[in-house]
Amino acid sequence: MSEINSIISPENIVYQKTPLLTDATMHYCPGCSHGTVHKLLAEVLEDLGLQETAIGVAPVGCSVLLYNYIDIDWQEAAHGRAPAVATGIKRLLPDKVVFSYQGDGDLAAIGTAETIHACNRGENIVIIFINNGIYGMTGGQMAPTTLPGMKAATCPQGRDVSHDGMPIKISDLLAQLPGTCYVTRQAVHTPANVRKTKKALRKAFENQMANKGTSLIEVVATCNSGWKMSPVQSNQWMEENMFPMYPLGDLKDE
Amino acid sequence: MRELKLMKGNEAIAEAAIRCGVDGYFGYPITPQSEVMETLMDQAPWKTTGMVVLQAESEIASINMVYGGAGCGKRVMTSSSSPGISLMQEGITYLAGSELPCVVVNVVRGGPGLGTIQPAQSDYFQSVKGGGHGDYKLITLAPASVQEMADFVELAFDLAFKYRNPALILSDGVIGQMMEKVELGEYKPRWTNEYIEENYPWATMGKKNRERNIITSVQLEPSVQEAFNHKLQKKYRECEENEVRYEEYMCEDAEYLFVAYGSSARICQKSVEIARSKGIKVGLLRPITLWPFPTKQIAHYADKVKGMLSVEMSAGQMVEDVRLSVCGKVPVEHYGRFGGAIHSPGEVVEALENKLLKV
Repeated sequence: MSEINSIISPENIVYQKTPLLTDATMHYCPGCSHGTVHKLLAEVLEDLGLQETAIGVAPVGCSVLLYNYIDIDWQEAAHGRAPAVATGIKRLLPDKVVFSYQGDGDLAAIGTAETIHACNRGENIVIIFINNGIYGMTGGQMAPTTLPGMKAATCPQGRDVSHDGMPIKISDLLAQLPGTCYVTRQAVHTPANVRKTKKALRKAFENQMANKGTSLIEVVATCNSGWKMSPVQSNQWMEENMFPMYPLGDLKDE
Repeated sequence: MRELKLMKGNEAIAEAAIRCGVDGYFGYPITPQSEVMETLMDQAPWKTTGMVVLQAESEIASINMVYGGAGCGKRVMTSSSSPGISLMQEGITYLAGSELPCVVVNVVRGGPGLGTIQPAQSDYFQSVKGGGHGDYKLITLAPASVQEMADFVELAFDLAFKYRNPALILSDGVIGQMMEKVELGEYKPRWTNEYIEENYPWATMGKKNRERNIITSVQLEPSVQEAFNHKLQKKYRECEENEVRYEEYMCEDAEYLFVAYGSSARICQKSVEIARSKGIKVGLLRPITLWPFPTKQIAHYADKVKGMLSVEMSAGQMVEDVRLSVCGKVPVEHYGRFGGAIHSPGEVVEALENKLLKV
């Protein structure tokens, strides 16, 4: 034990939890992608020195309690309204760094209007969009991004596109708007993808600091509880099924 | 000498907002209140006071932009008319639940549904009984003149910040559209960020030298949510104790009482004169705050008068609160044209005679 203690010294530390991540126990299911994205977000805010200037907008959905985990100022928005709340904050406090964090139901169903118009105005904010194709918090109902044939609590026979339409590829749509400067789709299921997502988050916040307009980072994510799979199965299922519909990479980078 | 101008009620709202140092306005066009945002855009206060003015994609977006700005301790407002205010109810209950101060102006038109663009007072229930979900109250001010449209903007902000609660200016299409002489206030500087941080330490301005601030209305633990609701109710009782405002007109010797607010109160002033010329001793009690309601003052008259007539451009909404105030001691009747129609002073007197004098 004393041998181990002797090597725990500041000069030997190669990795440690960012102080921006609080010690609160996360409420997420094992295997959920939210925790990883939270960690990356906290690290990027620390790296860019934004702890004292960042104001986050938390959504309604599984990440509703996000403000418990990252040690910055937060506002909790009504379901889907985060881009409007972020607009209000950024317009009144243009020197602060403002971002929203939203799930697929929040951003691409109930909040579609707020999302599109915030992006179209080119609000100088960052939008982090977690797309796991399902409503996690309410118990696994069909989302706007649920894949064709994919089973969910409100489409137990699988999504029937003749009845419910095709999943909405909202990031592709938002990339068409002149107000967005950066739209990218990432994932966090492998170390390489985690590093890419962190780089994308960093670029998005740098864009805001350079007053470039709206940056949107979609993270294609797993919901093993909602998908009723193990975390390992979920990652594989995501690669095989989600990525063909939601291919990773930059949709726009200006 | 303060500046005098001839203006519409809606224009007065905009002018007063700029002058009293409001930080932001977010809105969406709807008749009969579009002049509020039109006046602001024409004045371009972002070039002078630094006030932000933004046309949102919907009333849902504008009230949530208000939420964002209010959470930063800024003095932010929106305005709309009945159907738009219905859309804002979600945002308003979140503002109340997050204890955020802001000002909402409703220039009421006739409903239900798309209704009419003509004036009405049929949003009383929505304003003072809830409107959105949950146990909350809106501080509700009812201007009866263009002057009060101007004066109540600052008053509404003062009350909103005093109680950390949304405040509503409940106007109507008459007051919004009519032109009157207005004495405008001096230009006051907007609050600095330093002032806000010092006086409103809950505001999200970036976590610096303090614990993080969280603006939220979610408390999943029932005991915590119950305790929070008790806190809200305590605040509402304090507001009821301290903030009741009303005006009395020829009430000293009154044998009958009109209770009316906003444009109906203006009409009833004339009705008092007509009735008195016919020998009927009638007075007018005008609630200025609809919540908190002047219950005690109305109860005071229950021992003095033979009857009360609640005059409102609705099918009878405020009349319920008047009846609750008098506890059955005197008859209380309702009279009002509605659905966009406006009663004349003579019609009000006739209603008084038919409903209270001839029985």
